[in-house]
Amino acid sequence: MQLTINIVVLAAIYALICCGYVLIYRVSRVMSLAHGELMMLGAYGLFATAGTFSGHPLIAIAVAAVLATMVGVLVYVALMRSMTGEAVLAAVLATIALGIFLRGAMVLVWSAQEQHPIRLLGWTNSAVSIGETARISAAALVLVVVTALAYLSLYFFLKYTVWGIRMRAAGQNPLLAAQRGIGLHGIYALAWALATFTGGIAGMLIASDTALDQTMIIIGLKAFPAALVGGLDSLLGALIGSLIVAAAEVLMIHYIDPLLADVVPFFVLLVFLIVRPWGLYGSKEELDRV
Amino acid sequence: MPSASGYFRTHYGEDTRLLDTRTKRVCYALLVVILVALPFVASAFLLDLANQVYLAIIGAVALMLLTGYAGQISLGHAGLMAAGAFTAGILFKEVNAPFWITLPASGLVGATIGVIFGLPSLRLRGLYLAVSTLALHFIVIYAGGEYETKRGFSTGVIIAPPRIGSWTLEDPIAWYFVLGLFAAAALLFGLNLLRSRTGRAWRAIRGRETVAEALGIPVARYKLAAFVVSSMMTSVAGCLFAYYRGFVSAEAFSLFLTIQYVAMVIIGGIGSMLGAVLGAVFVVLFPYAIEALTQVLPTPAAWANAVFAINYAAFGLVMILFLLFEPQGLVGIWRRIQNYFLLWPFKQAPLSKGR
Repeated sequence: MQLTINIVVLAAIYALICCGYVLIYRVSRVMSLAHGELMMLGAYGLFATAGTFSGHPLIAIAVAAVLATMVGVLVYVALMRSMTGEAVLAAVLATIALGIFLRGAMVLVWSAQEQHPIRLLGWTNSAVSIGETARISAAALVLVVVTALAYLSLYFFLKYTVWGIRMRAAGQNPLLAAQRGIGLHGIYALAWALATFTGGIAGMLIASDTALDQTMIIIGLKAFPAALVGGLDSLLGALIGSLIVAAAEVLMIHYIDPLLADVVPFFVLLVFLIVRPWGLYGSKEELDRV
Repeated sequence: MPSASGYFRTHYGEDTRLLDTRTKRVCYALLVVILVALPFVASAFLLDLANQVYLAIIGAVALMLLTGYAGQISLGHAGLMAAGAFTAGILFKEVNAPFWITLPASGLVGATIGVIFGLPSLRLRGLYLAVSTLALHFIVIYAGGEYETKRGFSTGVIIAPPRIGSWTLEDPIAWYFVLGLFAAAALLFGLNLLRSRTGRAWRAIRGRETVAEALGIPVARYKLAAFVVSSMMTSVAGCLFAYYRGFVSAEAFSLFLTIQYVAMVIIGGIGSMLGAVLGAVFVVLFPYAIEALTQVLPTPAAWANAVFAINYAAFGLVMILFLLFEPQGLVGIWRRIQNYFLLWPFKQAPLSKGR
């Protein structure tokens, strides 16, 4: 029972991070390797606003979420905009460079100390028992709910709203979309904003559940195999991929060796890259096959 | 050095000659003299820097061959270096193997891993390839760390300096010449490969794979060859690194090391051997330059024990600036300066570019 809950929570973490990867990839065919850092930036945003708006936790969270969204737009406008149309390598490298820069800058601003933004908000992360034997922390419970909400709203956003349809169009065929009068830069910026928003929320929740420190970057990297396993351009795939990767990780840690934690997702990824490189739900032609 | 007056070549052989003009020969001879004389006048610190640069050049040349010429993205460079270093470490610890066995052995291990790294490249391209090499990086590092913990070398494996006969390689000046020779060999090997059939095939594959295939180039074989050659060189560099430091530990081969090597290729200038050298020099010296800068410039007191963070931030910033404003890298700047003086008083380059 406890194992199941651990799997669900870890899967929710990965899934919430993954939707950033999927959104950006689906719309602009760029893979953001700075996602872990951007996530951490979101968490530090909450840390900063929690200090400023002490006593008003809801305002602090809202401001932090807005800040996280702005970061996405900023990243696109300042950096990724000039990378559109460049080779894949250049865009990926730009995100790597951004990640390194953020990693250093965050330590300079907030120091490398472990932080607990939830304490600044004046809340405690109490455990809730489920059934007889299993327990789940409140933050983890919120995380699962938020992930479900995020996926539901993203689904409806992409399916029914005008901007969502524009995003899908831009992802399918940028040239045609542009000819129909869709402003590609706006769409790309929106994708980045949504990605950093969900990533930032994920970062805030992880920071509330455990702590805010450098390990978050690794979590961001480990979520990446989940996105690939599911298929980089499918939200449903990201959910299922997260479940698979999380299950593999939790079970391996439990039954074999705790040291495996950082490697298991990549093992799963390699297996999938060899067997089914386009992922479970990804479209096959995505993968520019040789 | 390009000449402003045009190219007067009468044989095909002259097109592929490495040193084609007298000026070039004189310049390189001078460079060799300076490099040979350097260790006898330089301080211990400078000597260590030079050795690090030589080590980096081997790795950078290897990555340049793979990424800059064959066009295959690899994010597993640190993993490959770790493979070489751990081969040396394990062989030394387990069977007390001498230097002249561990070095070829790590080359062999590198080549084997290169095949494994390269196999996904036959099916995958671009992003997916980058990711699969990234995954392999984590697995190699995990295997290394596992060896350390299982055998009880939790802080790392200590390796004795290499011994050939009764002579041990310990002196920094001796190291300087050994590493310098290795770096020169790597450069020459790379340059020679590039002017051969293999190099031309790699460039064709990088340009457009389908066309390369249509021209009759066995794409799969040459892709694998690129991975094998590059991995072997990287692995040997890793082995040398292990001996030079006298110490192997999984922590030394983090993802940041990969990023540093990728940065060497980018900052140096993709698709140029000179770029690999310039990039290696730049990236190795960069942290020291930053450290010197922080001592000169006023910085907040809280930054005093966060030197690595300053490094990261500055490094990321420089990489971003290069990607945005100088995608040709240092070589691009160097060529522009050259052209400025060559063409002066004119500004436009001749329409037909020599190379």
